[in-house]
Amino acid sequence: MADIDLTHGAQAPGRAPLLRALAALVVLAALPTLASALGYPALTSLVTRILIYGIAAASLNFILGYGGLVSFGHAAFFGIGGYVVGILYQNYSDETLFLGLVPGSNQMLITLPAAVLVAGAFAAVIGALSLRTGGVQFIMITLAFAQMLFFLFVSLKAYGGDDGLIIRRTNELPGLNMRDKEVVYYVCLGIAALFFAGLARLIRSPFGNVLNGLRQNERRMVALGVAPYRYRLVAFVLSGMGAGLAGALMANFLRFVSPDMMHWTKSGELLIMVILGGVGTLFGPLIGAAAYLVLETLLASWTEYWQLGLGLVLLFVVMRARGGVRALIVALGALLPGRQK
Amino acid sequence: MTAPLLQVTGLVKRFGGLTATDHVTLDVVPGEIHALIGPNGAGKSTLINQLCGELAPDEGSIAIDGAEVTALSAPERARMGLARTFQVTCLLDEETVLWNVAMALDVGRGHSFRFWRDIRRDESLTAEARRALAGTGLEGRAGVTVSELSHGERKQLELVTALAQQPRLLLLDEPMAGLGHVESQAMIGMLAGLKSRCGMLLVEHDMDAVFALADRVSVLVYGRIIATDLPGAIRENPAVREAYLGEGEEA
Repeated sequence: MADIDLTHGAQAPGRAPLLRALAALVVLAALPTLASALGYPALTSLVTRILIYGIAAASLNFILGYGGLVSFGHAAFFGIGGYVVGILYQNYSDETLFLGLVPGSNQMLITLPAAVLVAGAFAAVIGALSLRTGGVQFIMITLAFAQMLFFLFVSLKAYGGDDGLIIRRTNELPGLNMRDKEVVYYVCLGIAALFFAGLARLIRSPFGNVLNGLRQNERRMVALGVAPYRYRLVAFVLSGMGAGLAGALMANFLRFVSPDMMHWTKSGELLIMVILGGVGTLFGPLIGAAAYLVLETLLASWTEYWQLGLGLVLLFVVMRARGGVRALIVALGALLPGRQK
Repeated sequence: MTAPLLQVTGLVKRFGGLTATDHVTLDVVPGEIHALIGPNGAGKSTLINQLCGELAPDEGSIAIDGAEVTALSAPERARMGLARTFQVTCLLDEETVLWNVAMALDVGRGHSFRFWRDIRRDESLTAEARRALAGTGLEGRAGVTVSELSHGERKQLELVTALAQQPRLLLLDEPMAGLGHVESQAMIGMLAGLKSRCGMLLVEHDMDAVFALADRVSVLVYGRIIATDLPGAIRENPAVREAYLGEGEEA
């Protein structure tokens, strides 16, 4: 009686997922060494991008897969996070004040939290208005807000306008040589590990379960005494903060930010990653980001029409592989000889 | 005398030219099952939706245990001790039976804005949910996903979930609908055993159930309550017979 699976519908039970996550972490930690030993140093930078997009896609998935709200404007928070880093860097190097008030900074311990908080503030405003609608209207209104921000940054000539901002040097972290791409990789890996550990916890918390309950049946949760709006708004803000974190890391990795980071096609890419990887799962979006970026890299080396190939793969996943690439991996894993269940 | 658990006074709801709720006044006292019957389209669902807070009335007032709640939202009323079941069952379909009850218990604790505690591994919550299921006939189905339950089991689970909220007042929206004879008898037995725990407003079509359970019966016709009386007297009431019971002679 005591071993009935309470976790049904959320994450797989037991310690096995934790062990698998730790194994993946070990492999990722060894990756730069392996990559240079095998003669593919470019692999490290590909995986850095995968980790960063994985954070962004998992953040989107929190509101989409667990909250049941399709945000089509998450690139806005990704871009805001990037611009916080970019603008702070420009003010730092020009020794000017942002809006005549805030001094610039090139310290990651300042710029990253700042990016997360600013993205969260934008998400609070956009969410407070968008969440008064639902369904298709919600999709369109989040898209509209993101496009407004896109055009705002296009017209912001002081911060590069259309051309974007070049960040001459990656933000500094005390004691680390951030000019080394490998060090940047490890910083991203560490942050991603903490992010996913926190997300795993959040999903299983009272808050995460109420949010998931609202997605399944709002009337039921209301009858239990849950006021939906507040929970969804907080979830939207948390989701925006995660995307902001990813944007700030991306700005540091590319040493460049531009309005393209918040273009609606970027929101679409994040959605594709979530759907490709597996909606409503912890690591699905990370796997989706990996699948997307690897496909992009491979297909783009064959043809400039690589998006056609990607479209076919996405079509296959949506039509045939319910639960995305993650479910496919789980299914293949179950076929391996010697595996129980 | 203590205040009634539920006091509805002069409630009016209009949809355009149609008066769906027409100056309804009724009460539920502690330990009572007050049944609300009426032909299809009498406005029973509209009334229930106003009582639980999903629909705002145009006039009149609703009080729970002496406290005015007319302006409060549905979740606020739920937290004041108003639980309900639905005509068409409303459950978390992807979760297990046990988790549906656990969720009601955890929300009832009022600590849902917590971001760190892992409640999927909370032994005390699981144990409490198991206790709530004990003796309901669902204890053997605790680990089953709700989408795999039969209609009767879903109805039962809704009732268990509502009781897990520790309500003072229970609104039952057709709990017998779609149940077979055996299931209905089980449900009647279960409801009869709950009288000491909370007052109930029972909206029901099944006359056997109504006359087996109700302490008082109100009859709603075209949004208006035409009679409130003891079950025996309602059966004999000529206006009621004409408006309702006469139609199918189900009673």
